[in-house]
Amino acid sequence: MKALICIGHVPDTTSKIKFTDNDTKFDTTDIKYIIGPYEELALTRLLDLKDAGTEMHITAVNVGTAETEPTIRKALAMGADDAIRINSEATDNLFIAKQIAEVYKNGDYDVIITGKESIDYNGGQLEGMIAEFLNLPSVSGASKFEINGDKVILEQEIEGGDLKLEASFPFVVSAGKGFLPESEPRIPNMRGIMMARKKPLQVIEPVAHDAVTEVSKFYLPEPKPACKMVSPDNVEELVTLLHEEAKVI
Amino acid sequence: MAVLIYTQNYDGKFKKSVFELVTYGAAAAKEMNTDAIAVTTGKLDETTLKELGKYGASKVISVTNNELNDFSEQAYASVIEQVAKKNDADLIVLGNNPYGRAVAPRLAVKLNAGLAAGVVALPSSISPFTVKKRVYSGKAFADIVIKSDVKIITLNQNSYKIEENPTDIVTEDFTAEIPDGAYAVKPIEVVKSSDKLSVTDAEILVSGGRGLKGPENWGMIEEMAEILGAVTSCSRTVSDLDWRPHEEHVGQTGKVVAPNLYIAIGISGAIQHLAGVNGSKVMVVINTDPDAPFFEAADYGIIGDAFEVVPKLNAAFKKFKEEN
Repeated sequence: MKALICIGHVPDTTSKIKFTDNDTKFDTTDIKYIIGPYEELALTRLLDLKDAGTEMHITAVNVGTAETEPTIRKALAMGADDAIRINSEATDNLFIAKQIAEVYKNGDYDVIITGKESIDYNGGQLEGMIAEFLNLPSVSGASKFEINGDKVILEQEIEGGDLKLEASFPFVVSAGKGFLPESEPRIPNMRGIMMARKKPLQVIEPVAHDAVTEVSKFYLPEPKPACKMVSPDNVEELVTLLHEEAKVI
Repeated sequence: MAVLIYTQNYDGKFKKSVFELVTYGAAAAKEMNTDAIAVTTGKLDETTLKELGKYGASKVISVTNNELNDFSEQAYASVIEQVAKKNDADLIVLGNNPYGRAVAPRLAVKLNAGLAAGVVALPSSISPFTVKKRVYSGKAFADIVIKSDVKIITLNQNSYKIEENPTDIVTEDFTAEIPDGAYAVKPIEVVKSSDKLSVTDAEILVSGGRGLKGPENWGMIEEMAEILGAVTSCSRTVSDLDWRPHEEHVGQTGKVVAPNLYIAIGISGAIQHLAGVNGSKVMVVINTDPDAPFFEAADYGIIGDAFEVVPKLNAAFKKFKEEN
């Protein structure tokens, strides 16, 4: 199986979010970047399958400026075989999806994997857009990924349950929770990190595609009034407050 | 010109979240001086279809192809595209739920339309078209400007108030063309199905964390949920430890929820957890640790041991329910 996995370069989940330039730009001061959590679990799943004997070549791909390279190197250190960086700011989703679709056309990949959503833009758009550009079948938010001969068994959350699906290569899938059955994190060891330095990381220039969306302003949530404390010996007061003041029961 | 709203039915009925979408779509249509048209797949009776008129839709298009009983991202996207083109839709509204999330990106490519996912309010401006959406997993919001002719948005559940707006509604049947290969990913079966309300649909959530020490202690959490007509949810640790099923996990990497009332018991309130729940209208926290970060985010708090506080609170809720 030849897998193309899209790696997001996103702020660590514990990051405090701030904005700059009159609230039009994300403030990167003191921000630590990571591989998007959903992409990390997808990559871990592929590596687990490879360790269990599935023949597998994994290419990590990222649309980003040179700043994203440490994140790409981390994917290589975890075990991806090679990587491609498309040298551009990652902004408009149609633009990003178009770039990934071009990479797919120039390789002979069996499957394209994305995370369910990025934890910064929370779009969850790439999987469907890439699939549509390439006219490939797709599964969004898969909570299972098991290889069964030349097919892949997937599950997808739908209203009222999980839909079990069978996909044939090639297809596009976005990984949700459950994609990786056990959450053993793969922390790159020294050998992995050393090897990652020697693995190929190809930098290519983007193809043209008009951006149709842009962020005009960011907002932080309104600060909340202080929490009203209720004594543990007077829980009836909480019931009254929820009924009369908050009007939620 | 039209606003097209994709209204997913579940077993032949519409859920509340659909009425929210229609209320929203009708309000957007009013701002744009146009009509709100709903589109649905699967066979629904006339009365059910016309229910959407109560929330402001002036037409509902029922796509009746039998194939559509099974969900397919490709088929559904193609069907909505056909209806959108036929009705000259310039804004398409879908729910930010598994269906909307799967279909909207494909529609965006088909119609060369900008897509804003996870929208939380009506457009603040029609020209340029600007909407507010959730970003950084609930830690912030952003105004997104969509510059394409056709705009697509997915609306976050519980972010717009359902309002009745009785409108004369006509129904129209439509037979769509299903593209070849639309079911290349073969549906095999629905593996688990429960009648329980999901955490994203619940109006009240009673949520437990590691402070509850073990799955055997969930009886009092379930009891509270039952008294309040609520649904149970949990923190990531609890789902990772398999104390509770993963569909109960709320937070940044679990389900993002926005109930009217969120009661957090034994959950410290890590930033990743808060990101997934801070859309709740009212938050209550019960925790032994007065320094738990959840107290910064909550509206009401009790510092105390859950094993003492929760049984007392359950008794008080029960008494309240009997009297009201």
